[in-house]
Parts: sequence; structure tokens; C-alpha cells
Amino acid sequence: MIDLNTIWFALIGVLFTGYAILDGFDLGVGVLHLFARDDLERRINMNAIGPVWDGNEVWLLTGGGALFAAFPPVYATVFSGFYLAMMLVLTALIFRAVSLEFRSKVGSSGWRRLWDWSFGLGSLLPAILFGVAVGNILRGVPIDAEGTYMGSFFGLLNPYAILIGVLSLVMFLMHGALYMTLKTDGGLRYRMSRWASGAWVAFIVIYFCATFYTFFEAAHLLEGNFSKPLFWVFLVFLLAAIVYMPIALKAGKYFRAFLSSSATIVCMVGLAAVSMYPKIVPSSINLAHSLTVYNASSTPRTLTVMLVIALIGMPVVIGYTWYIYRAFKGKTVITEESHY
Amino acid sequence: MDLDPVLLSRIQFAMTIGFHFIFPPVSIGLAWFLVIVEWLGWKRNDDVYVRMGRFFSRLLAITFVLGVATGIVMEFQFGTNWAEYSKFVGDIFGAPLAAEGVFAFFLESAFLGVYLFGRDRLSKGLHWFSILMVAVGSIISAFWILVANSWQQTPAGYVIQNNRAELTNFFDAVFNPSTMIRFFHTVDAALITGAFAVAGVAAYLLLKNEGSNVAKKALKLSIIFGLIVSLLELFPFGHSHAVQVAQTQPEKLAAMEGLIDGQTHAPMVLFGVPSEEPASLDYVIKVPGVLSWLAHGDTEAYVKGLNDFPPDETPPFWLTFVSFHTMVALGMFFIAAMALGTFLLYRKKLCEQRWYLKLLVFSIPLPIIACELGWIAAEVGRQPWVVYRVMKTADAVSLTVSAEEILFSIILFGLIYLFLGVLYIYLIVREIKRGSEVESVKEVTA
Repeated sequence: MIDLNTIWFALIGVLFTGYAILDGFDLGVGVLHLFARDDLERRINMNAIGPVWDGNEVWLLTGGGALFAAFPPVYATVFSGFYLAMMLVLTALIFRAVSLEFRSKVGSSGWRRLWDWSFGLGSLLPAILFGVAVGNILRGVPIDAEGTYMGSFFGLLNPYAILIGVLSLVMFLMHGALYMTLKTDGGLRYRMSRWASGAWVAFIVIYFCATFYTFFEAAHLLEGNFSKPLFWVFLVFLLAAIVYMPIALKAGKYFRAFLSSSATIVCMVGLAAVSMYPKIVPSSINLAHSLTVYNASSTPRTLTVMLVIALIGMPVVIGYTWYIYRAFKGKTVITEESHY
Repeated sequence: MDLDPVLLSRIQFAMTIGFHFIFPPVSIGLAWFLVIVEWLGWKRNDDVYVRMGRFFSRLLAITFVLGVATGIVMEFQFGTNWAEYSKFVGDIFGAPLAAEGVFAFFLESAFLGVYLFGRDRLSKGLHWFSILMVAVGSIISAFWILVANSWQQTPAGYVIQNNRAELTNFFDAVFNPSTMIRFFHTVDAALITGAFAVAGVAAYLLLKNEGSNVAKKALKLSIIFGLIVSLLELFPFGHSHAVQVAQTQPEKLAAMEGLIDGQTHAPMVLFGVPSEEPASLDYVIKVPGVLSWLAHGDTEAYVKGLNDFPPDETPPFWLTFVSFHTMVALGMFFIAAMALGTFLLYRKKLCEQRWYLKLLVFSIPLPIIACELGWIAAEVGRQPWVVYRVMKTADAVSLTVSAEEILFSIILFGLIYLFLGVLYIYLIVREIKRGSEVESVKEVTA
């Protein structure tokens, strides 16, 4: 039956899914920013995510904190093992954050170009590297019997992980373009829906390749999956969401298209989580060395306390986040009062 | 070349958190100031406060984003650089960090967006509510981070078993002996920082002859507010914190106060030049019996000195002593400066005394320095322990990260933070020079 460890596995999955949906479109908008045509379009990009990006990023921080609290050895082993990659992600996130605030503060075009690049690359790099990290965890990382990471930085850049990195990039790109269709109209919205369609095609092709590759690279993930009901639920919803997205887009139902791509993200994370469970970090040296929800967890007391904190705090968070999105619903209009 | 991963990890941690810690006190102080200003603007429908709110909210936005950007590193750094620590104390230490995310980061980040982007979109009441939530969130954030750090200082509510520290009582761990007093001490320090930031900026505008009511009213508000919070920092907060350190971490107290040999009638050292190995003090000015009285309420009381502890369990003397004494001296200066301002305000000369206004401008960075020094005294004074008398710092670092990798990240973050620090000062000065009268120009001009 469902125990505390499993609940926390699921809750951390929820936090990282929340991050992927919400900051996912910020990252996508940041990548699209590299292709924006003029200052007005760039300001629309930044102001479109302006009221919400900071709150969106908190899902990552809280996910990190929750991972630390619920599964300390996972937090310690993965982040110290992926040391240089983590430093790159952190650098990118720092530059992305400040460029949003800094860009509008000075009028010169050189200054703005600097922060446009910083915002774009600061979004592109995490959009790829989060996928690379997931890819590595799916295929397993070299941890020994003591739970010590034995790999290197370049070992992380294997073909499978890079493929998953590209997959996450096109997924966030599609998601970000769909978000922008909600925030723009006219020619710009048309271009954004073209981006979303293009990313959708790329997503399907890469997703197909990645699934095929998984049979060879991470066969351990598939064992026993077919007997898990949740696996089928996520799979069916994933297929439905992927198929429905371009239909909604073509019909001009932009919000539904955005919801479809959000559902795609939920199902992707869900499928990965169901396949991994009860492992959190499979060991590529010997599956018996894997970090699992049972051998890498905090005490039941801590998990209980944390559950109380989550049950008190998260409904409130979701409540005001919902409210804020409603308050800032609609097209982004650039005026003298725009903050960015 | 032999590089020491422990030393390098400590340098990196000191650098990343030291830089991060510039911004939260300013943000907390400015946010609470804006809560007052926006309230006045809303309730009195007074244009002066509305413009004051707009002006200072631009400074808050730049400060806040740097706090966010540099704070991301902190959430992951325990895992990247202190993996052994994370494994050993994760059962206790992770919960406050997660709670900070759930109860504080979401609140302050979400509502900062509402505050900055909602001024002309939301009702005035809701807009005020958004800055209130930012301010409340920043305080909750301070609370949980101080819970985590105070547990390192005075661990409680745990037992060592299964090769790790395991939680036995959550409330004991959260409200460990130093949490509440360190919380009040630190939050009050942030309010002082905010008061001096507002006062200094307002003084600058007056010196530049922006004869606006915004600057005058901001100055008056911040002087009165600043005097209250500066006095509170001396008593009860600063004093009570020192008493707590005396009771729970006597080595740290000895190093901070410069007490080499334990004694009754222990003196308070007002001034001294410290040196290490062996720890000693020269050119000492001291008042006999005062330390005994302050720490234990009795001039006869015995206060332990550094020599009462094993030499490998006492903190570095020089840094602890100097940072603590400089912080206290700055604290006294804050009271004096704000008291003088209040006196000038009472005599109705506050806005004309140019020398005093200049003093305020140059005082802007001083509370930030005092915050950093207080943190150095607290953290260096805890050494050689990462968790006081439970785990040594040397045993806490990641074993799989090489010294070269840490050196690389130190250089990387060193350069980034230097760049960001310069930009922060540039942008803040630029916004201040624009003054409170103009709106910022967003179009490309070049």
C-alpha cells in the first residue's frame, strides 16, 4: 500500500512537474527571445512572463529543498556527482534572472543586446541541461555500494542523455510558444503558433527515437511497467495530449493547446517516475546499489512533519498562484508603466 | 600544487553566501518601509507617498532580483559542496529549507511580481496587500533560514543513530536555544539596513537640490524608524543574543569578547589588537567585571576563556574578535547617527544640515557591513564545528568533488559576482540619480 516514502516520491515529482510546466514556458520564451525581431517584441516576451517567472522558479527551489529533506542521500549524491553541470545550470539561472530586471533599466542598444543574449542563453542552457540530467538518471549513474558517485563530467554527455536534452528543449520551446500565443495577437501570435507547430513535429520525432533508444540504453526502466495501471494511464493521456495539441492550435483554441502541452509534460514526468519507482537514482554499476525511496529516505518522523508542512502550505500556494495568473490574464500590452 | 578541498569549499561557501547576504537585509528593510509608504499613499490618497512608493519600488526590484539570483546557488550548494554534511544532517536540516520554499519563497516571489506589475492593474488595496505579502514572506524566509543555521549553532531535538542525526522532536529542533533571539537580532538588523538605505537615498536627493516632499518625508520617516530599530538592536536583541551565546557556546563568547583566560570579574574589552597562535590581545582598553555582569548578571561570575577549552576546539581568534567588535562599534554608531537625526528633526533643522545629510549618504553601506560582520562572527566563531559539538567542518565536504573542480567554481562565481556587484551599484546609483520625479524611460534611445 502507499507509504510515506512513496507519498514523498510522488510529492517531489509534483514539485518538479510544477516547475517544468510553469518555469518550462519561461524557459521556452527565453529561447524564443533569441529569435525575436525587434525591441518591442523582446519587451513583450519579458513582460509576458514578468509578473510570474520568479514565482515559477520557486518550484525548482522548493523541489530541491524537499529532495534534501525527504531523500538526503539523493540530494547529496546527485548534486555533488553532477558538480560541474550543476555549476553551469546555476550560472545560467543567475544570468537569466538578472537579465529580466536589468535589460529595461538602460536605454542603449548595446546594453539591451547584452541582456537579450544573457536571457536567451540563460534559458537555452537549462532547457537542455535539465533534460540531460533526467536522461542520465533514467539510464542510471555510476554509484557504488556506498552510494558514492564514480562518474565524470564528460560521462554525463552521453548520446542518450543528450537526446533527452534535445527532447526537453523542443518540449519547452513548444510550451513557451504556446504560452506566447495567449499573450500576443496578430502577426506575432501567428509566428508563435508556427513555432509551436514546428516544435511539435520535432518533439514527436525525437520522442519516438528516445523511446526506441530507451529499450537499449535503459531497459531496466521497462521491466514490469506493463502491469502497472498508472503506466497505462499516463501513456494514454500522453498520446491524447500530443494528438490534441495541434488540433486545438489549428482551431484557434490557444488555451486548450497550452493545456495539452502542460498535460504532455505531466505525463512525461509521470511515465518516467512510474518506470523508476521505487528507484530514485538507478546505479549503472549494479542495480542493487541504486538509491531507492526506502534506502535513501529520511526518518518517518521527518517525512510526517514534512507532509504536514506540505499539506498546510501547498494548497495556499496553489490558491494564490491561481489567483495571480487570473489577475494577469490577457494580452501583454507595452506601455510607459510596463516594469520591464 | 596541493589544494585543500575543505578550505576551498569554505572559501566558496563564504563567498557565495557573503555576496548573497548583501541583498536580503536591504530587501527586507525596503519591503517593510514600502508597506508603510504604500499604506499612507493609499489611505491618505497623498501623491507624495505614491511617488515615494514608485521610486523605492524600483530600488527594491533591482535588489530583490539579485537576492533571488544568488539565492538559487544556496539551495543547492549543500548538496554540491557539502554532501557528507547533507547526508549526515539531512533528516533535520532539509526540512527548514523546504519549509522556507513552501511558506516564504512562493509568497514573496509571487507577490513581488504582483506588486511590480500590478500597480495600474489592481485595486489600491490589493496592491498594498501584495507588498505586505512580500514583506511578510521575507520575514518568514528569514525565520526558516535562521532555524536551519541556529540548529547548527545549538542543535536540539535529535539523536545520533544509524550514522546520522535523526529528528526526535521537530519543535525542539525548530525552537532550539538560539533560534528566536537570532531571528529577532537578524530581522532587526535588516530593518536598520533598510532605514539607513532610505535615509541615505533621501539625503542624497536633498543634497542634489531635489527639493521634493518625497525626499523630506522619506527622510523623516526613516530617521524615526531607524532610531527605534537601532535602539532595539542594542537592547534587548543584541544583549540577549550575547547572553545566549555565553550560555550555549562559551568558546565563541570568549573569542568574540577577547577573553583569553577564564576569570571571575571578567572585563569587557572595549578595544584591543588581537593576534593568533597563541591567542593574545595587545593595547587593551577594558572595563573590569562588565563581561561577567552582562553574561551572567553578576560581576563576580566566572566567565570561561579560550584557554579553558581544548586548543583544537576553539574558533579562530582574530577574525571572530575583530568582526564582533567592529559590528558592535557600528551598532553604536547607528544609534548615535539616528539619535542625532531625531534631535535635528525635533529642532526642525534636519533637511538643512548638509554635513549630516552627507554623513547619511556615506552611511548607506555600513549596516550591510555590520550584517556581514555579525554573520562572520557567528559562523567563524562556531568553528571548527559545522554543527556545534556534533560534526566538524572538515568532515562535511563532498568527497567526490575534486579540489580543481572547486577552484574552477570559485573563479567562475567570483567573476560573476564581481560583475553583478559592479552592475548592482551602477544601476542603483543610476536610479537614485534619476530622482523620484521622473518615470523611467523604456524605449531604446541609442
